[in-house]
Amino acid sequence: MHLVVCAKQIPDPETPPSAFKIDPAKNEVIPAPGIALVLSQFDGIAAEAALRIKEAAGDTKITVISMGAESAQQAIKQVLAMGADEGVLLQDPAFDKGDPHTTAKVLTAAIKKLGDVDAVFCGRQAADWDWGVAGILIAEGLGWPVSIIAKGVTLEDGKVRVQRVIEDGYETVDLPLPAVVTVSNEFGEPRYPKLQQIMQAARKTVTTWKAADLGLDPGEVGAAGARLKLERLYVPEKEGKAEIMQGDTPAEQAQQLVAKLQAAKIL
Amino acid sequence: MARNVLVVGEFSEGEPSTTTHELLGAASRLSDGGAVGVTLLGSGASGAAAATFPAGAGKAFTNDDAEYDVFRSDQWLIAVLAAVEQSSPDVILIAQSTAGRELAPRLAFRLDTAAAMDCTMVQDEGGALQVTRPAYGGNALATYSFASSPAVATVRAKSQDPIAPNAGATGESVALPGVGESRTTVIGREKVEAEGLQIQDAAVVVSGGRGLGSPEGFELVEALAAAIGKDKAAVGASRAACDLGWYPPSQQVGLTGKVVTPDLYIAVAISGASQHMAGCSGSKTIIAINKDSEANIFKSARFGIVGDYKQVLPPLIEAIKAAK
Ligand SMILES: Cc1cc2nc3c(=O)[nH]c(=O)nc-3n(C[C@H](O)[C@H](O)[C@H](O)COP(=O)(O)OP(=O)(O)OC[C@H]3O[C@@H](n4cnc5c(N)ncnc54)[C@H](O)[C@@H]3O)c2cc1C
Ligand SMILES: Nc1ncnc2c1ncn2[C@@H]1O[C@H](COP(=O)(O)O)[C@@H](O)[C@H]1O
Repeated sequence: MHLVVCAKQIPDPETPPSAFKIDPAKNEVIPAPGIALVLSQFDGIAAEAALRIKEAAGDTKITVISMGAESAQQAIKQVLAMGADEGVLLQDPAFDKGDPHTTAKVLTAAIKKLGDVDAVFCGRQAADWDWGVAGILIAEGLGWPVSIIAKGVTLEDGKVRVQRVIEDGYETVDLPLPAVVTVSNEFGEPRYPKLQQIMQAARKTVTTWKAADLGLDPGEVGAAGARLKLERLYVPEKEGKAEIMQGDTPAEQAQQLVAKLQAAKIL
Repeated sequence: MARNVLVVGEFSEGEPSTTTHELLGAASRLSDGGAVGVTLLGSGASGAAAATFPAGAGKAFTNDDAEYDVFRSDQWLIAVLAAVEQSSPDVILIAQSTAGRELAPRLAFRLDTAAAMDCTMVQDEGGALQVTRPAYGGNALATYSFASSPAVATVRAKSQDPIAPNAGATGESVALPGVGESRTTVIGREKVEAEGLQIQDAAVVVSGGRGLGSPEGFELVEALAAAIGKDKAAVGASRAACDLGWYPPSQQVGLTGKVVTPDLYIAVAISGASQHMAGCSGSKTIIAINKDSEANIFKSARFGIVGDYKQVLPPLIEAIKAAK
């Protein structure tokens, strides 16, 4: 079997809000000093889902693909260290500043080029822009069924069984293969690679494909192909500071708080 | 500029959902004299249509087939495409719900256009539609315009106002053609919601975080909610607490959990990460109880107590009981 994991490299989403800054002229996030680029959390979990299927099924190849800058090699290497077999970096200036639809177009073209793929695993959403659409658009581009926000995934008899998170619980669904599944944090933690695996991953090859390798016209991807035009990116204003209860003991503070709530007709 | 707007509606027990009312409100404002349509799919759809007319719809596209009762995006997609065919919308509004998240991108793909997800503002800007959505875990807001048509947008619950009901308004119901096949087979469903009042509906939400230190910490949080009133207050949790298995994921508040907009939100031992605030910043009043006076939560809170929750909650519970 051949499984694909889509992995994106992003600025660490747990950056403290105080370190989060935007360049209003460029509508871009200013990289915060000391904030690392990391594998988007849910993509590590998507990789974990694919690895567990490989362990259960045997004889399975996992290819990890990432569209991004040269640095995205690190995200690819991380998934290789977890146990994926091959990596593909999709890197071309023509891919820059697109929207989720152009990103999905590039990823779809890469999956088509890989050829014999049985299932694609994505994160429920990239933890930078929080769109949550690439996996669904890849499924549409390939003409495959899709199930999103999985908390469990197993593969048997040519179908994938997904436990998907819904508003009031979980739903179990079967999709025929090939299919796309997007994975959520309810699935569980991804494994930590061992030192030896990290060293092995360093030696695994990562192929780079450009727009031309994927048969994509530069006009249909990146900024040129984007249908969503970012007009403005800004930090919403916060109200400011809380009124802190000043009593000497927790009991006094509690009483002050209740008095405030009553005065404000909240309680 | 007049626009045709199509809303993908949801309903239960014959009543359009609150979010459907909100979407119809946004649609009415955007339409500016254009037509507002709504799709309703599943048993009782044509019955639910009547309630969408006073809410702003002029036409309801319905199919009562029970096949639609369980959401499968490929089936819904065909039905909504049929309604699009008949109503030529410039804008399609969909809830950011289990169904909407999956349907909107597929619909955009089929219509060769784009979908903007989880929008909190949808507005006319000099004749063009602009949508604004949180990004970077709620640290930023991003405003977009569309270079393709129709514009597809999913809209966050509680972000739009419904219109004042137009009593007596009537509209036209149009039956959509039969149901198509689905490649998704639903095997089963498991409900894991907390008993009683749901956090989305509660007037007060008391949430606990990783700072509780153990699942037992939630007993105090639950006691606080109970003191406020079982019919008023429900208990939520941060993702850190849910991921640790201390509280059911169904109670998670935040970007990847539930969005709540109660009158009062009490955050106990929660740091106030942007992804958590994304789910509760629409609350009328936020109270923070945290032992770290520098915690980010105090930037969003109106009132705060700096202290150990184990010491603060018992007297707070007593004070609330006494105040009743
Ligand atoms: C893409 C993405 C999506 C996410 N989605 C969500 C989401 O939907 N919801 C969500 O909540 N998070 C979400 N997160 C995680 C989020 O970034 C934070 O990691 C999480 O909210 C932290 O939870 P917490 O505040 O409970 O824990 P912590 O950040 O560890 O904070 C614990 C707090 O408790 C305080 N404390 C400790 N002991 C005590 C005590 N005895 N008494 C009083 N206070 C005490 C500490 O001072 C601290 O402020 C998401 C993250 C990402 C990257
Ligand atoms: N640049 C990228 N490279 C690889 N995978 C991506 C990229 N962008 C998005 N994805 C995948 O699609 C998922 C959803 O992304 P998004 O729709 O942008 O929120 C991510 O979790 C990844 O699995």
